[in-house]
Amino acid sequence: MIFTLHIWRQENAQAQGGFEKHQIDVSEDTSFLEMLDALNEELIEQDKEAIAFDFDCREGICGSCNLVISGTPHGKHKGTTTCQQYMRDYADEKELWIEPWRATAFPIIKDLIVDRTSFDNIIQAGGYIEIRTGSASEANTIPIEKHVSDAAFDSATCIGCGACVAACPNASATLFVAAKVTHLSTLPQGEMDKQRAEKLLTAMEEEGFGSCSNYRECERVCPKEISVNTITTMNKLLYESSK
Amino acid sequence: MNDIELDSKIPKGSLEQRWTQHKFNLKIVSPANRKKYTVIVVGTGLAGASAAASLGEMGFNVKTFCFQDSPRRAHSIAAQGGINAAKNYQNDGDSVWRLFYDTIKGGDYRARESNVFRLAELSTSIIDQAVAQGVPFAREYSGYLANRSFGGAQVSRTFYARGQTGQQLLLGAYQAMSKQVAEGTVKHTSRCEMQDVILVDGKAKGIVSRDLVTGELETHMADCVVLCTGGYGNVFYLSTNAKGCNASAAWRAHKQGALFANPCFTQIHPTCIPQHGELQSKLTLMSESLRNDGRIWAPKNIEDCDKAPEEIAEQDRDYFLERMYPAFGNLVPRDVASRAVKLICDEGRGVGHAIDGKKLGVYLDFAKAVEIHGLDAISEKYGNLFDMYQHITNEDPYTSPMRIYPAVHYTMGGLWVDYNLMTSIDGLFAGGEANFSDHGANRLGASALMQGLADGYFVLPTTVSDYLARQSPMDLDKDYPEAEQTLKACEEKIERLMNAPDPQKTPDEFHRQLGQIIWHACGMAREKETLEQAIKDIQVLREQFWQQVKITGSDKTLNQTLERAGRIADFFELAELMCLDALTREESCGCHAREEHITDDGEAQRHDDDYSFVSAWQYSGNVTEPKLHKEELHFEFVRPTTRNYK
Repeated sequence: MIFTLHIWRQENAQAQGGFEKHQIDVSEDTSFLEMLDALNEELIEQDKEAIAFDFDCREGICGSCNLVISGTPHGKHKGTTTCQQYMRDYADEKELWIEPWRATAFPIIKDLIVDRTSFDNIIQAGGYIEIRTGSASEANTIPIEKHVSDAAFDSATCIGCGACVAACPNASATLFVAAKVTHLSTLPQGEMDKQRAEKLLTAMEEEGFGSCSNYRECERVCPKEISVNTITTMNKLLYESSK
Repeated sequence: MNDIELDSKIPKGSLEQRWTQHKFNLKIVSPANRKKYTVIVVGTGLAGASAAASLGEMGFNVKTFCFQDSPRRAHSIAAQGGINAAKNYQNDGDSVWRLFYDTIKGGDYRARESNVFRLAELSTSIIDQAVAQGVPFAREYSGYLANRSFGGAQVSRTFYARGQTGQQLLLGAYQAMSKQVAEGTVKHTSRCEMQDVILVDGKAKGIVSRDLVTGELETHMADCVVLCTGGYGNVFYLSTNAKGCNASAAWRAHKQGALFANPCFTQIHPTCIPQHGELQSKLTLMSESLRNDGRIWAPKNIEDCDKAPEEIAEQDRDYFLERMYPAFGNLVPRDVASRAVKLICDEGRGVGHAIDGKKLGVYLDFAKAVEIHGLDAISEKYGNLFDMYQHITNEDPYTSPMRIYPAVHYTMGGLWVDYNLMTSIDGLFAGGEANFSDHGANRLGASALMQGLADGYFVLPTTVSDYLARQSPMDLDKDYPEAEQTLKACEEKIERLMNAPDPQKTPDEFHRQLGQIIWHACGMAREKETLEQAIKDIQVLREQFWQQVKITGSDKTLNQTLERAGRIADFFELAELMCLDALTREESCGCHAREEHITDDGEAQRHDDDYSFVSAWQYSGNVTEPKLHKEELHFEFVRPTTRNYK
């Protein structure tokens, strides 16, 4: 399979970036990132600098990889991350545009790499349940209904990749925040902190993310298919805590 | 090279009382004095994040570093199957003693009894802690916690969160650490890689780091240093590790004087997706939990290997694990299962793609499980794993059996530590996969998460406090010439990498070649002559690497090619030590299968009289001539026998 790739190159946060054109021949079993690896090997052989992009586990769980592929965060194969895209998914395309996440709160570091420290800052604002090491009671003391626990798990699967922000016209991180709030606040262990949603949303705003206008683009691109229902759950909690 | 007297500091007395008594004997720092001490924690996976959170809560100043862009991305996140704990919620006869026994036996009697007992003892508190943090473990309809079975055990003691247990536990530890960052007791730096340990008067008092964005080298001083930097499976190039996993922190500590223990003990996990092509960058694990319901088989006849699995009649299928090990069947430990799969494929009965003319794969079949439990039940348990398999292979495991083959997954070897998890360098601690402490020659499934968290939440906070209580706080603002010297050495190493005399090949090209050598010589089967040849080949290739490695771009900016080259340079030295260790250990045990020491029916043949010890290697100033120290293992409570899973 031969592809023409238009890849975003940018020296650093301040520099002007632009698309660079490359051609590559790969087999259909190659993953998207392995294609970029192969391209980078060629570039190094030609004395050129390799394209910088984030990756780590390459099994769809660490949340490092983050490419916008022809306009879609993580690419066309839904419900998974960039590293789990295979070139056979792109068999009917010849040209691909590869860009970084674009959002004020995710400044570009180099080429396709962005700074997502803002997500860590949001979690630090209250995305945890306070429990000092060693002070926990016996794990089976509080039974939790299976459906409640399963629903908490569904929200807890967020990998913090930031695709929701990249897809949102407002560059809002509301789905990221709502997933964490729903995970923690619907469990009996986490319901005590009634201000969690408010604290996280305030932090989100301070970090430069926009707010939610219900476009629902986030849900469409989430590699873990986290539902916007989490936003409804969070809004209910906000309403109850303000009563 | 200083002469080292190995003292494992193992407490005496009854096994149950050792940790309790030891804690009482340790010193503690009074709460008011804790803020006067600084602890550096390198690596923020399960062990590092939990240690940082706990030490921060106690009131120490903690500085943490990770090379990823956030602590939430450490490779602990990819652990799928679960975490063991001796809760005995199933009332099936489990106990701390049984978990202890299973772990010692699973490790083929090459781990310390005291450490393993402590691990089993702490296992239950980990589950309590995680549940309180909001880790959504699987539950029964009754609302109580669910368990599943795992290899090497006949009780059901594994707690799990679908196929994402590592993710949920890591997020718990990450969130606990985030709270401490907000409170100011933990200062974290991401995209920053440790380059070396700084020793002042022979004690670990800081690190040199490289800011991966600006390329700047910096020194950070502290009262002690904790390395939770993971394992070295990526020495093989293809492994189930994340691409960034590396041995550099541990290896550079080794070259500063920390002994490296049992480097040849590397776990090959039986159920991974087979390799499909040349360009492949990593292998993907399919959780061991699949062996609960999946049945492993290969065609009985070589002629059937090219047929589609559906076309092979039931009587022509060899469910070889069930045949060879009727008592444990598909749930034998990882090393036993891996060797059996290799045996079948070496006989020519493998299936799937051929790599170098050999079909390396066997079937993992769920047809029977679907028949018994129904599609929904199987999907509920393994849905995300099946999806992952389908993404990667483009084949549907619901309708046709998976293909699997063993792959490098975990390294039991690591920095030698005493009972306090302190290395042979005073003030340098190692936790999690980075140390060698608990798994002997083979790790049981669902025990890595348990060990990382036991070290981080419970052991390190206690033993690090004791260490600090014996020191006066360091003046961190003073200039230390040792820090400057170490930084200078790091600078020179980077300069040497950037300016190879005859740059020709990319770092990855060298890494792939190294991987092939070490997989062939020090993988699932090891043999004297192959190991000797591998050592020579590694030396030649390493020399070529330093002459010909080609790195483009600058070292003063973000440069992933340089990052990789630095890690590969260390893998080249570690690989040689692994082969030397494998060569020296003239026996088979756990993962270490020496072809010269296999019983007639194909099982590992231990030689307890001569090899019941931990190999602890000391750097001599010459990578090729390390000095071997032996820590004898004493079994007072368990009698080493031949492992029998039949």
